[in-house]
This record gives sequence, C-alpha cells and structure tokens, in this order.
Amino acid sequence: MGNNKQVWQSLLACIAVYAVMQTLITLDVIGPFWQLNIVLVCINIILAVSLNLINGFTGQFSIGHAGFMAVGAYVGAILTVKLQLPFIVAIVGGAAAAGFLGFLIGLPTLRLDGDYLAIATLGLGEIIRITILNIPYVGGASGFMGIPRYTNFTWVFFLTVFTVLFIRNFINSTHGRACISVRENQIAAEAMGVDTTKYKVMAFTIGAAFAGVAGTLFAHYFYIAHPASFTFMKSFDILTIVVLGGLGSISGSIMAAILLTFISAALAGYPEWRMIIYSLTLIIVMIYRPQGLFGNKEISLKMFGRLMGGNKRGTTEGN
Amino acid sequence: MEFTFTQQLVQQLINGISLGSIYALIALGYTMVYGIIKLINFAHGDIYMVGAYVAFFATTSLNLSFFPALLLAMVVAAIFGVIIERLAYRPLRYAPRIAILITAIGVSLLLEYGGILLLSPQPRTFPALFNAEVYTFGNIVVNSQQILILAVALSLMVILTYVVQRTKIGKAMRAVSFDTDAAKLMGIDVDRVISITFAIGSALAAAAGMLVGVYYNSIDPLMGILPGLKAFVAAVLGGIGIIPGAMVGGILLGIIEALVSGFISSTFRDAAAFAILIIILLFKPSGLLGKNVREKV
Repeated sequence: MGNNKQVWQSLLACIAVYAVMQTLITLDVIGPFWQLNIVLVCINIILAVSLNLINGFTGQFSIGHAGFMAVGAYVGAILTVKLQLPFIVAIVGGAAAAGFLGFLIGLPTLRLDGDYLAIATLGLGEIIRITILNIPYVGGASGFMGIPRYTNFTWVFFLTVFTVLFIRNFINSTHGRACISVRENQIAAEAMGVDTTKYKVMAFTIGAAFAGVAGTLFAHYFYIAHPASFTFMKSFDILTIVVLGGLGSISGSIMAAILLTFISAALAGYPEWRMIIYSLTLIIVMIYRPQGLFGNKEISLKMFGRLMGGNKRGTTEGN
Repeated sequence: MEFTFTQQLVQQLINGISLGSIYALIALGYTMVYGIIKLINFAHGDIYMVGAYVAFFATTSLNLSFFPALLLAMVVAAIFGVIIERLAYRPLRYAPRIAILITAIGVSLLLEYGGILLLSPQPRTFPALFNAEVYTFGNIVVNSQQILILAVALSLMVILTYVVQRTKIGKAMRAVSFDTDAAKLMGIDVDRVISITFAIGSALAAAAGMLVGVYYNSIDPLMGILPGLKAFVAAVLGGIGIIPGAMVGGILLGIIEALVSGFISSTFRDAAAFAILIIILLFKPSGLLGKNVREKV
C-alpha cells in the first residue's frame, strides 16, 4: 500500500519537524518574537485550511470566518476562566460551539449562492461580533481579559497537523467528493443524486468548527479575547491566504499562511504598508493568476519528481 | 421639555430620512454597477471616502464654496471610478466571478490603507460651510444640514432618473444591463457604457461623502467601510440592479437604523442593518422591488 506508506512518511516528517522546533525553542535559539510568529503561522494554517474547505473545495463563498473564530475564542475562554475547566475541554467546547453556530447559520443561508452568500456571511460575522460587544458577561467592548496562556507550540502544532489531516481525509472521502461536485456544477451534482444542501452545510459546519479551534488557541495565547480582533478585516486576512495559496489546495493554503504571516511579521514596524502590500498582492494575483499560486494542485514530492524528470502528465492525483 | 412617544418617533423619522438619503446615494452606485456587470463593487464605499477627502481639500485648501466643491469631488471620484474599473476589473471581465469579487476587496483595502498612508489615519474636521441653523417645531428639531442633505440627494436622484430614462446613454445602460451580448450586437460600445456607469456611480458616492462630511464634521480614511456595507444592504433591500429600489432601500434602511438607535440601543444600530440583510436574503432575495427570476440550466 503506497498510500499507507506515504501517510507514515508524512507523520514521521511532522514529528521530526516538531522535535527540531521544540528543541530550538527549549534551547532559546528561537526567541519570543519568532515563537509568536510560529504560533500565528499555525493558527493561520488552521483558519486558512478550514476556510478553504468551504470556499475552495465546496465553492461556497464565505467571508465571515472571523465570526466563528470569535465564538471559539469566547466560548473557550468562558470554559477555562469562568468554569475552570481544562484546556482540552475549552478547545473541544470552542469547536463545538462554533460548529453548531455554523450549522444553524449554514442551514438557511447556504440556499443563497455566490455574491449573496458572500455578503450574508460577512453580515453574520459582524452580527456575531456586535452581539459579543454587547454581552457584559464576557467583557463587552473592553474584551475578555485574564485568560491564562495555555496555548504553546506543542498544542498549536499538533492541532494544526490534526486539522490538515482531518480536512485532507474529508476531501478524499465520499463526502469530500460530493463537496467538490457541488463546486464543479451544482445542478449536475443534484442530478446525480448528491444532496447539495447537506454537503454545503456539512462543509460549512466543519470549517466553522476548526475556526473555533483556531479562536480558542488564539485567545489562550494572547491572554485576551477582544471583539476588535474579529472584525471582517480578519476574515479578509484569512481569505487572502486562501486565495493566494489557491482555492482548493491545502498545501497552497499552508504555504501562503507561512509566507503571509512572515511577510506581515517583517512589516510589523510599518503596519500601513502591510495592508497595502496585502491588497496589491490580492489584485495582482487575481489579475495574473486568478486560480492562486498553486491553483487546485497539491504540492507533493511526486510533483517535484515530475518537474525534474520533465515527464508532464496532465493530471495530478489528490494524494 | 417632555418628549412624547409620537414626537420622538417623528424626530427619529427625520433623522432616519436624512441618513437614509445618504445610503441611497451610495446604494445607487452599487446597484448600477451590479446591474451591468454583476459585481459587488466592494471599493464603492471607499470612493465615497475619496469624495469626502476631495471635498475637504477643495473647501480648505482651495477655499471653494459648497457647490463647486461638490462638483469637484464628484468629478475626481468619477475619474477614480473609471480608472479602477479600467485597471482592476476590466482584465477580469471574463474571469470567474469569485476572482473579480476578491479583486474588488483588494481595491477596497488599497484605497483604505493608501488613504491612511497618504492622508494619515487621524480624523479631520470638516469645515462648517453653512451656519447650522436649527428649526424647532414644537419639540421636533430639524437643522439646515438635514434639509441640505435631503435636497441635494433628491436632486441628484432626479437627475439620475432623467439620465437613465431619457437620454441615449441611459438607454444604452439599460440595454447592457438587460442583455450585454445583444447590446453588443446592436452596436453599443459596452466597455464605454461600463466606464460611464462607474463614473456616475462614483460621482454619486462622492456627493454622499461630502454631505456626510458636512453633517458629521469629521472624515477619516476608513469612513467608507461601514456606510459602504450598509449601502450594499440598502441596495439588496430594494432589489439589487433596480435603481428605484436603491433609493427606497436606502431611505428605509436609514429610518430603521434611526428607530433602532432611538428606541432600542445605538450599539445595535449596525447589527440591525445586517439582520435586515439576512432576513431579506432569506425571504425575498430579489429585494422589495425585485421580480423573482428562476435559475436556468
């Protein structure tokens, strides 16, 4: 089973990367600034890969991802701070709450398509944020303070690996194929007996749940959950990563998350330039390469092998 | 002074109508562009910001009075609109819709943060161009700025309706919006019509920007985000692509917001707009004045 062997290889590679990074962090080779950025990269990967499931693989244009992240952040914070529960419960709770909300919201709104769905999700993200802003129990406009820092490199790394594996396996399953068929041609998919609403809601729920995980991790790293962190600008940030990496490419999202997080870290001293570079990147990528840097292809060793060998085959296998 | 419920209601209605006519002006640009190239022009709210800044510099640096400044703001914004369409949207005319939507988001961010970079993020005080006179009728207060906003907005809408319904270019715009390919076959220069649509829409947004500057006395580079989104809600509310729909939707949204902030809580004002959006999208996605169109295979 070549497939099985590949899974083991990638798992081993992950553990090796983890071991090296963790050693470097323990030995203080990687200072606090880079540690922060590595954690942000991982959180951004979770956000981007989960948004890619909705936008890239299922073809539903959602731009309210920050709203689900906010739900995860606040529910997670309530569980650890107010109810004194362990971190793992907070992560599961944050994911469940965001996923449940995604399900509730997805059910009616996913009947809309294209632009309407985009604007509805944007509106929903803002409604979630404004609602949080008006709940004094979680700190209202001044934010939810005093959250313990439970998030560390180990948590974010393994949750990122888990997210990527989960979504990758989902896409390669029957359900994932159904989601892709919805993206390719909804009417044809329906004619073939795919319950399009069910799969749209399923993708939306899973995407929202992982955004919730990212939110919980985020809040437990920065000691605070603040409504201003979850505006639609945050949703656009995530969207930029997904689009740059390629709608429908998990490895593209990962690469773009790493790239953009480090670019914005490098531009930390010039926040105004950061957004200008972001926006120009979006425009230029869309004009010259509307499918994103990696299109819907996955980066794999096989691909490099083909590039080297010059043996061009038109198709790329998903795994 | 005792405020009775009716008086407060009338007062909020007046506030709502003047705010709503601004939304209506912005919504017109959204709806016209959507009607022609089926694009939600996210950058439209930022054109409104550009208009406000041009008016600001026209009145402070060039010492122009209200109407010349308004005209200048509209012309500059129209040029901005045409350039944006030319550089960012035209190359994507035949690309997937999602690509052009993302480009629009990019243009919007570029204008916002370009504004912050060039004009500083600090809000600026818009000069008082008129002595704000306050008229009181019983307990109801109307100020001269509200009357000005309403008068300018209504006149622009009348002019727009005339242009769209009675002139040759208006006819071309309606033709392109109805069926682009057929219009092209009839010899209409579609690219030119699209440019003119962007110009008109942007000019209206700039007028709204200047009116807001006069009304609230404060402008900043990010001022366009929220009114832009809300004007879009207004356009959807009235039925996107339908010009009278944008006017009705804008004024209705203004009134609803004023009522929510007057009777419930001003913090829920913004949520109200989005809640309306969701409700209208769920129950009548074609908008109040829209007709239901069945999807064809």
